Amino acid sequence: MFIRRSCVALASTIAFLLPGCAAYAPPYPWEKGELAQPQMQFDADALDAKIGQHIYTSKEAAAGGYGVGGGGCGCN
Amino acid sequence: MNLHIRLLGTVALSLAALGSGGAWGVAVGEQPPAFALPDARGEIVTLSQFRGQVTYVDFWASWCGPCKRSFPWMNALQRRYGEHGLVIVAVNVDKKRADAERFLQQIPANFRVVFDAAGVTPLAWAVGAMPSSYLIDGEGKVTAVETGFFDERKGLVEEHIRSLLRVP
Repeated sequence: MFIRRSCVALASTIAFLLPGCAAYAPPYPWEKGELAQPQMQFDADALDAKIGQHIYTSKEAAAGGYGVGGGGCGCN
Repeated sequence: MNLHIRLLGTVALSLAALGSGGAWGVAVGEQPPAFALPDARGEIVTLSQFRGQVTYVDFWASWCGPCKRSFPWMNALQRRYGEHGLVIVAVNVDKKRADAERFLQQIPANFRVVFDAAGVTPLAWAVGAMPSSYLIDGEGKVTAVETGFFDERKGLVEEHIRSLLRVP
């Protein structure tokens, strides 16, 4: 009985919390000012990351599918 | 209250734009949503005041790299075609005005710059990237949409402006 009740409680908690995920909307292109800051980049140094990626792709003989250019403005 | 209704209207409009045809944003052949935004001196600039003139509306931000490269080019456009009737309006979308002012100190603009920190205009126009520019003819219709700033497209846009202005 107790297990069943806690299962129902858990399920209803999940059901209650899940719609919160649906409310997520990515920022519009003109709202990406904070994302464009240097401290928001994954790589500390863009050139270093580029060179590293070049070495990786040539060694693996495969290219593409890795990252995007630019600073979060969605322009290139 | 009034602003509230206007905001709601803007959202509804952009949602409608999204719903129809599935295209994102103001498209070629359409009449873009109107705006009334303050310039650096606080004077209100409206889109409708340039009706009858070829207008180049550019959305930019201080944190956007390509925008930085586009300003000298737009300055050159203004120098070359300003006397032929070209109007350039650059809509700044920075949240902090000081950021935009710092940018403008580094790269002064010889065309109109207006400020929309709330982002109402880019939402209404459903701007898809930074920068985005719209070339509008004398009848107030969009004749070209440029998303992003690419050196290889500069000539094309200039050619388009020339043809609208009837400059040989």
